[in-house]
Amino acid sequence: MKMVAGQELGTTGMAVNSDAVAEEPAVEARRISKIFQGETEVRALDDVSVSIRRNEFFTLLGPSGCGKTTLLRVIAGFEPPTMGALYLAGTDISRLPPNQRPVNTVFQNYALFPHMSVANNIAFGLEMLGKPKDEVRQTVDDMLRLVQMEALKTRRTSEISGGQQQRVALARALAPHPEVLLLDEPLSALDLKLRKEMQIELKRLQNETGITFVFVTHDQEEALTMSDRVAVMNAGKILQIGSPQEIYQHPAERFVANFIGESNFLDATLSGGTVDLKAGGRYDVTVPEGVAEGSVSVLVRPEHASVRSGPAGDGEMSGTIETVVYSGEATTLHLRLATGEPLKARSPNSPGEGTLPGQGEEAAVSIGAGAVTVLRD
Amino acid sequence: MTDASLHTGPAAGELEREAEQADNRSRWMLSTPAIVIICLAAAGPLMVMVLYSFLTPGDYGNVKWEFSTQAWVNTILQRDIFDDTLMWADAHLSIFWRSLSLSLITTVLTFVFGLPTAWFIATQPPGKKEFWLFLVTVPFWSNLLVRTIAIQELIRAEGVINNTLKFLRIIDEPIQMMFTDFAIAFGMTYVYLPLMVLPIYAAVDKLDFRLVEAAHDLYATRWRTFWRVILPLVKPGIIAGSILVFIPSLGAYVTPRVLGGGKNLMFGNLIELQFGQGRNWPLGAALSLMLMAAVMVALIWYVRVTSRERADV
Ligand SMILES: Nc1ncnc2c1ncn2[C@@H]1O[C@H](COP(=O)(O)OP(=O)(O)OP(=O)(O)O)[C@@H](O)[C@H]1O
Ligand SMILES: [Mg+2]
Repeated sequence: MKMVAGQELGTTGMAVNSDAVAEEPAVEARRISKIFQGETEVRALDDVSVSIRRNEFFTLLGPSGCGKTTLLRVIAGFEPPTMGALYLAGTDISRLPPNQRPVNTVFQNYALFPHMSVANNIAFGLEMLGKPKDEVRQTVDDMLRLVQMEALKTRRTSEISGGQQQRVALARALAPHPEVLLLDEPLSALDLKLRKEMQIELKRLQNETGITFVFVTHDQEEALTMSDRVAVMNAGKILQIGSPQEIYQHPAERFVANFIGESNFLDATLSGGTVDLKAGGRYDVTVPEGVAEGSVSVLVRPEHASVRSGPAGDGEMSGTIETVVYSGEATTLHLRLATGEPLKARSPNSPGEGTLPGQGEEAAVSIGAGAVTVLRD
Repeated sequence: MTDASLHTGPAAGELEREAEQADNRSRWMLSTPAIVIICLAAAGPLMVMVLYSFLTPGDYGNVKWEFSTQAWVNTILQRDIFDDTLMWADAHLSIFWRSLSLSLITTVLTFVFGLPTAWFIATQPPGKKEFWLFLVTVPFWSNLLVRTIAIQELIRAEGVINNTLKFLRIIDEPIQMMFTDFAIAFGMTYVYLPLMVLPIYAAVDKLDFRLVEAAHDLYATRWRTFWRVILPLVKPGIIAGSILVFIPSLGAYVTPRVLGGGKNLMFGNLIELQFGQGRNWPLGAALSLMLMAAVMVALIWYVRVTSRERADV
């Protein structure tokens, strides 16, 4: 049973017939649901469809318990989906056991084999694939170099630091050169500085190896800085898939907007291609599918709202400054609009005296063109 | 005293030495109860045994206070009653051999049955584990002799097994199981099984099943996952279980006596014989010491093997 399926799928050094499959997504989930039967039934994945492109750095982002790990485990083969099918490079792999899928995982706790050295951990996958000894040795050395761990080759994995274990886990998963690498919050156990370093490192590794990365995190900043595309999940569903810019600037739903970055939600009326804010002002918008005319909720990012002292003019909103929060590179003003709605506005600090209104002052707020997004609630 | 402390000057050195002595003294005092118990319970009887093994047997048991190495010679050699030539004590040697092989068989059998049992218990949901563990310990509640006689009830000619087989018309004549080596191995496996199950259970219970998933993820089949990941990780439990089973098996006494009848003696019975009917206490003492030595050798070998493997990695 030597990786029959794996070879079909072109894993582990086998040349992939790239012309034939170039159009195929690396991973495609079609209407996958996963229900855990227990004392209470948990619908961990609810009709999830997603198509991950080749060589993509794809991130699953969502709050704790939203089903990110479950989706990864379905892709890796540890959990059979209750419904739906999973395709890898166009082949249905829903029924393939994990050891026959050309997919490797970097586990959240690393799951390194404690009874083996660093080198033996990295060699494990290659040995199980029955690679010849010199090839194994060569690849292990390459991997050690790739993650800069040559010096610790013979150490036991229990005798190296967390960051080093993380590198070994990466090297171990990359060594068999899988089609897809799954990473389940691989950076969450690291301190901030190491975490930033590893973010850059991961991007570099993905570029160098050309492997499709599916990365799980609940840190929105990490998702935005690292990914080609992000899927935002909540309660077992994928709410939106898009590039970091799309997700940030044009979140489709209130949940997405709230989860990524800071948000102001304002009441408005939609008619034609424009919205009239209740607090004042008329803006052109793109209307997302499934939003009816009439009363809607719109999103304004704090950095897109500008504030000046004095009474509001035409098309501006008037409000009162409640709090001023200085945070180094920017200052955030917390206002109460005339309609009673709260609003945050952030502006970068310029050298010299600030010209921002102070606490208790009356202020006028305007919003840049294209900065108003209609939300599907 | 280390070199470093010499350089700190005489006064400092003095103080340090005093502190160290006080430390030593309190350590000695604290361990006194343990030392006393070890001396009384282990070293004392052992010394008596060594002493007795170099004395002459008394006429009605006990010993005569005359130095003799005869007991030690008799452990493996015997004098021909007609022409006084020394020859191998075949009876003793075959009993050594039977004890050794039956103990090994018992260890292997308890492992074969114990590993799946331990695995099953360790993979039960938290609430149920305790229940199964409890069941494993139930046999300890009754006396060894009672349990052994229960086995006799199972395997004797008119016992449960033979009667069932006859009833099902699988056999016509009862199978002779009592008073065979099979009976002894069966009985000892039953008696010592918990000693194998419990340490393996402890090891499997500690096993991180995410490592098993990691192995599957890295293309290992179930079988190779078992050999390359599971077995090495639960090995400490297997070794502990094997030691716990092998050592008492080697000296087993009740089970071979009841199930093996008079002729299938094991080492424990041989020793007992010397203190009882044989009335040869020195020989009994010498045989006991030999058994102890054998156990020590086995233990040292185990430690060697396992520590070498650790160094290999
Ligand atoms: N084996 C299981 N049995 C029952 N319920 C489960 C099981 N695994 C996960 N769940 C449930 O499924 C839901 C999704 O879990 P999952 O581990 O995928 O979340 P997650 O998004 O990875 O969260 P986190 O960020 O905390 O890791 C949760 O409600 C969880 O309790
Ligand atoms: Mg998770």
